[in-house]
Amino acid sequence: MAFGQGRSGGGGGRGRGDKKTADKAQGQRRPMFRRRKVCKFCADKIDDINYKDAKLLMPFVPERGKILPRRISGTCAMHQRKLQTALKRARQIALVPYVTD
Amino acid sequence: MADRQYELIYILPPETAEAQANELHEQVADIVTRLKGQIEKTENWGRRKFAYEIAHFKEGVYVLEVINGSGELMKEIDRRLKVIDQVLRHMIVRVDEEKRVVDRTRTKRQSESERRRVKRGLPPQRQPGEGRSSDNDDADDDRFDGGEV
Repeated sequence: MAFGQGRSGGGGGRGRGDKKTADKAQGQRRPMFRRRKVCKFCADKIDDINYKDAKLLMPFVPERGKILPRRISGTCAMHQRKLQTALKRARQIALVPYVTD
Repeated sequence: MADRQYELIYILPPETAEAQANELHEQVADIVTRLKGQIEKTENWGRRKFAYEIAHFKEGVYVLEVINGSGELMKEIDRRLKVIDQVLRHMIVRVDEEKRVVDRTRTKRQSESERRRVKRGLPPQRQPGEGRSSDNDDADDDRFDGGEV
């Protein structure tokens, strides 16, 4: 895939298997000025990712109902883990969908 | 040992009357007192839309109870709620540990920021109208620009 050679790791190291869109704009070694993503929970200082707070969780559930991956949302590892358990709990009590189509 | 804290959420059919919900709450409260726990608070969320259908219902009445007690107590509640047909779904989550962690990080952060502010010769609390107005511009920083969608 068209990842630049010089780029080590960074935020996108995991995006490799992604079939769609990811690399299109990236072909050349032009520095892309893209906004660096920050973890929403770190930035807003949200300590408690609660499963009851559907409003907080819904932005991390795309249309299909899957959990938004870290590489897209920019959530840090610790908060993604907490988000994951919160979302899974919220699913059990039908606040968040398992699937939608 | 100190009591553990649990959250119990159960969902009733949408046409459930207030009285029926109360009756169920009494049943839960009964078990709790019998097994020497206590109910810290009860919240009736009222009718809420489901994210997906449960037993052909599209919405339901949510009730949340925060209970201090032992694991045996919650086991008993779990068993009883499974038997009661009226309860469409229920979930028990242990919350005391997480709560402690959250409290700890919160106070830590607060004391840390106060310490820093005092060091800079500012009053420990943030004043209204203070702080950066514009966001930090990090467009020059391309370390994280690889492979983002």
